[in-house]
Amino acid sequence: MDLNTIWFVLVGVLLTGYAVLDGFDLGTGPLLLCTKEDRDRRIFLNAIGPIWNGNEVWLVTGGGALFAAFPNVYASVFSGFYDAFMLLLFALIFRAAAIEFRSKRSSPAWRKTWDISFAVSSFVSALLVGVAIGNVVWGIPLDDKHDFQGNLFTLLHPYALLVGVTSVALMVMHGNLYLILKTEGALHDQLMRWTKRTVAIYLICFFVLNVVTMLTCPHLKTVFHERALLLSVLAAAAFLVTFNIPRELRRGNEGRAFISSSLSIVTMMALFAATIYPNLVISRPELANSLDIHNGASTEKSLNFMFWVALIGVPIVLAYTISIYYVFRGKVTLTDESY
Amino acid sequence: MNVETLSRIQFGLTASFHFVFPPMTIGLGLFLVILQALRVWTKEPIYLELARFWTKVFGLVFAIGVATGIPMEFQFGTNWAHYARFVGDIFGSPLAIEGIYAFFMESGFLALLLFGWNKIGPKMHLFSTFMVALGAHFSAIWILVANSWMQTPAGFHLARQMKVTADGAQFPLTADLGNTAFTVKEIPLPQGYVVQPADLGHVRAVIDNFSAAIFNHTTLDRLAHTIFACWITGAFVVVAISAWWLLKNRFLAEAKISLKISLVMATAACLLQMVAGDFTARGVAKYQPAKLAAMEGIAHTEKQAPLGIVGWVSWQRDAAGNITGIEPKTIGVPGMLSVLVSGDFLHPAQAAQTEVKGLADVPSDELLRARHPGASDTELAKLRPKYWPNSPVLFQVYHLMIALGVLLLLVSLLGCWWLKTGKLWSTKDKSVRWFLGVLVICPFMAHLATQAGWFTAELGRQPWIVYEVLKTGEAMSAVVRAPQVLSSIIMFTLIYLLLTALFVTLLLQKIKHGPTPVAEEPRLPEKWQSLSHRSGRQTED
Repeated sequence: MDLNTIWFVLVGVLLTGYAVLDGFDLGTGPLLLCTKEDRDRRIFLNAIGPIWNGNEVWLVTGGGALFAAFPNVYASVFSGFYDAFMLLLFALIFRAAAIEFRSKRSSPAWRKTWDISFAVSSFVSALLVGVAIGNVVWGIPLDDKHDFQGNLFTLLHPYALLVGVTSVALMVMHGNLYLILKTEGALHDQLMRWTKRTVAIYLICFFVLNVVTMLTCPHLKTVFHERALLLSVLAAAAFLVTFNIPRELRRGNEGRAFISSSLSIVTMMALFAATIYPNLVISRPELANSLDIHNGASTEKSLNFMFWVALIGVPIVLAYTISIYYVFRGKVTLTDESY
Repeated sequence: MNVETLSRIQFGLTASFHFVFPPMTIGLGLFLVILQALRVWTKEPIYLELARFWTKVFGLVFAIGVATGIPMEFQFGTNWAHYARFVGDIFGSPLAIEGIYAFFMESGFLALLLFGWNKIGPKMHLFSTFMVALGAHFSAIWILVANSWMQTPAGFHLARQMKVTADGAQFPLTADLGNTAFTVKEIPLPQGYVVQPADLGHVRAVIDNFSAAIFNHTTLDRLAHTIFACWITGAFVVVAISAWWLLKNRFLAEAKISLKISLVMATAACLLQMVAGDFTARGVAKYQPAKLAAMEGIAHTEKQAPLGIVGWVSWQRDAAGNITGIEPKTIGVPGMLSVLVSGDFLHPAQAAQTEVKGLADVPSDELLRARHPGASDTELAKLRPKYWPNSPVLFQVYHLMIALGVLLLLVSLLGCWWLKTGKLWSTKDKSVRWFLGVLVICPFMAHLATQAGWFTAELGRQPWIVYEVLKTGEAMSAVVRAPQVLSSIIMFTLIYLLLTALFVTLLLQKIKHGPTPVAEEPRLPEKWQSLSHRSGRQTED
């Protein structure tokens, strides 16, 4: 494997880490509005309370890694998707504010306002992440300098929105399973009932997405042909792990159900990566202007240096991230420090 | 307004707002480590009480710091795409390292710091606090590495993308080679090559040597100067809140301990800052003469250059309104700037003969000729002012920073003196009350000084985004239009105003509520016993 491919995988791993970890706390947002009791909502927020901040760091680091390894891609995507990224930023800031400020006053109006901000900003963040992925697969118009030729509405086409909705559905399902791990009693039972819907909705979205991708993306025909085996195995795996979720829940293995939904995200991201590789941004209609792992990349020296940096750093990060999740394992109990 | 101006306003706005919070986190982080260490060492419940209170303040500051920090990273891509392409091979690395080695550490251990009171023992808590503070310092290191590289770039060469045919012949990227097969290769340009406007789009900076880029000429100076500024800011936040409690005659025991620690910390940091500031200024004199000349309002190269204290610098313009020079009207210490630049304080008379470059001689003729090939001498003289930073503004922000820094040092020294004599606790005394009042406004002065320093560093680098390599006006995204930037500026302004209002309200609420006394260390739940034993905590049941 050459360094450029390794970095394609590494950036993919960081962004998948983001999707898996921030996925469940973004998914908590829309679910929060489905409960009525303040206590339940507090439990939701405190379930993600200690860790959402660290989860968001995966996005920051993924962005940093993209900048370091593929600066041309970083430049084209971020400047091309200007309005979308600004919306994402505002959503992320609002979300942080909502989590931080909601608990500071007890008036129902105050809390309701922040609950809605939290839900909407989580929804918008999850949607935009999906829309961005959708556009990368669908292809965006790039000129010969790799600059984006279009505006926000060029990006909001039905296919991208379909991926956006699928991404919301996936994260809501994932959040649902995470909350099952963190709750007990009536709230826990309620969340268990919700899985019937959240899992089904995601499966439908995912199925539709696969069909639509195969039917409407002519530029991917050769890829589908050449990598038929790999892609069908990944798609089958994605379906299997998702079908496994209700099975594990029936058997009372809540931890395994959560792992299955994490794997749904991992397989989905793998499917996405296997479809676009070696491209990072597909250009349409001018396919020749696409950005790939070579014309978008930093020099070998830089990739090599950063490879060692990541090889030493990422295992350390994983070690203490896992330890911290271990310390906060178990059901949420509300204390003085809670949100 | 054009995209360049708007993008600069947006970056300045978001960076200034963001830069209110991290200095407090870095300073408060160090303060929390001291508190937690005292808690472990003395086992006095008051330190636990204080640690709990100040951790709450820390958590609030940290949350806003994170929320406002993400836009900083994104903007390099959204607004400054050409910059991102030009320097990505070098500049992306420190940002990625910052994520991997600083942010994960900070946010991960923050979870334990904020929510671990009943889950981990005191020693583990001290360790987590230390890791959070260390992470905060690491993030400062990497962002300053990145910034210093923009100020004094090193460890790289420039390379041009060319079309290379099978026989090795090289053609410009724009050449039409018809059916001839070619590959695009990066051809290194000679050392000292100056980027011309025509090169944009197919020349970029390529890394030669990472350690030279990371430890460039000004990294260490800038790092020390900024870290001390952060300690000063964080310490004065604690000083001010404690002084306020003393004035209001509330939480006296807590206020006294907090004030004692933070005042000593502030004084130490202020003293260190004087040394670091001196080193930083000498670095500017050596590597960024245009910045120094603009900061001090030096019009012409001179010996015995004066060190300005207060004054006014205005532009000189010709009949058509073009800038031709500066006109300083300043009061200062004669010859002192020359002495400071030479750094030879033992032989001041000799040191005063050190030459300080004036704006009329910077940037050098060589650089101007290289950037504008074929320009005549008169044309070059006209072009030169376009390469000057905004001296009238720079003079003011720079001297504001110095004045505030000296003032803070004097205040903290007086505070330490009264701390030693015990006078500080006679809160009925009129002069003490007056002094405590001054302490309450100190964090605002510290913030103002930090911001002024940041403005000096960044405005002084203009019109370059990478000093003497790439101009700011050449760094923008090609596809972003003015209305887009204008609307995001409006959104940022509204959101940040909202955040400010919330932050101030909640901080005041916390200050008013004050620390809650604790009788003893909390009992850890049964299942955490093993962990607590390991961390040295003894539980009997």
